[in-house]
Amino acid sequence: MTMPLLRARAVAKSFGATPALRGADLDVAAGEVLAVMGPSGSGKSTLLHCLAGILRPDQGEMWYEDRRLDQLSERERSQLRRDEFGFVFQFGQLVPELPVAENVMLPLLLGGRHRREARAAAAALLDRLDLAGLERRRPGELSGGQAQRVAVARALVGRPRVIFADEPTGSLDSLSGEKVMDLLVDSAREQGATVLLVTHEARVAAYADREVVVRDGRVAALATTP
Amino acid sequence: MSVPSTLLGLLEPEPSHGYELKREYDTLFAHAKPLPFGQVYSTLGRLERDGHVAVEGASPGAGPDRKRYAITGSGVSQLEHWLAQAEQPEPHLQATLFAKVVLALLSGRPAATYLDTQRAAHLERMRELTAMRRAGPLRQSLLADYGLFHLEADLRWIDLTAARLDQLAKEISR
Repeated sequence: MTMPLLRARAVAKSFGATPALRGADLDVAAGEVLAVMGPSGSGKSTLLHCLAGILRPDQGEMWYEDRRLDQLSERERSQLRRDEFGFVFQFGQLVPELPVAENVMLPLLLGGRHRREARAAAAALLDRLDLAGLERRRPGELSGGQAQRVAVARALVGRPRVIFADEPTGSLDSLSGEKVMDLLVDSAREQGATVLLVTHEARVAAYADREVVVRDGRVAALATTP
Repeated sequence: MSVPSTLLGLLEPEPSHGYELKREYDTLFAHAKPLPFGQVYSTLGRLERDGHVAVEGASPGAGPDRKRYAITGSGVSQLEHWLAQAEQPEPHLQATLFAKVVLALLSGRPAATYLDTQRAAHLERMRELTAMRRAGPLRQSLLADYGLFHLEADLRWIDLTAARLDQLAKEISR
């Protein structure tokens, strides 16, 4: 079996006295679209944040290929997030003052890429995500579905190896949510990216290749379909 | 919903008469539609013919009948097979899933595992329907959507029930 791209081993993380993860184990294969499900407060978002190097676990090991994520410095993790990971969160988290095109270009500009190159990459993605013509709008002038697709474009623009999506359709109606998921999964597969998708919605999880369930801070061993 | 398997589940803890089985079945599962006496006895007759139950003596029970039925080893195997097997994911499963959960709890079997098995079968079917919906055309997509929304409702029920198994076990313990 090939080495997983991401691995969590016995990961524990508490916020004050409240434990969020209590020994979570997970393997994510390269190119896989994996849904992480579970009830509110189960620890699924904390697991995503640990795997993405945003949070440092209190105990356990987090691996990205052969690198121990939990032993990297804040600067190294920050660089890894910028260079190799893309993020989509529930409420887009676009920069409200910047037009759509600039929001999408942002990860490339922060990575030191030339402005012209970034603009071309953003334009191609906005076209791919049915957002052509909206380049100059501000996030406040977009519908929820459009804003979320801009967030998907921003996550994809640096051609990341892993996309972390935390409830990417949580604030959308069914139709807009489907469009976001269609485009997110198709574009990620086109780029060969691995997707870690945190969701409590079965319809969203059904886009994934497989699902795991987080309960009480652990990844539950699931029965397989007979 | 499988009446034979449900009667086996009710018989497993202790032998019982047809009348008592009907009363227990109606209390737990029948809601607005009680099980007819005729169906209870014809089902017990078939279970006896197939070796899943045996008549154990003829002591009088609370009702008029005298036959006392006991589950056999073959009946227990049949019950376990039914409980552990995921149902074909389709709309309107609630009566069967509910019966499985209640019977598993009554007999101290792993209801949570059965729900997980069902959950995995549902998600697998939802993946197939999602692929069908995305392939189109629209008339096929809308049909797939219909199935997806129903399966999603089942899954929400499965999750809610899984979270309340301890509470339900206390409520139905006899």
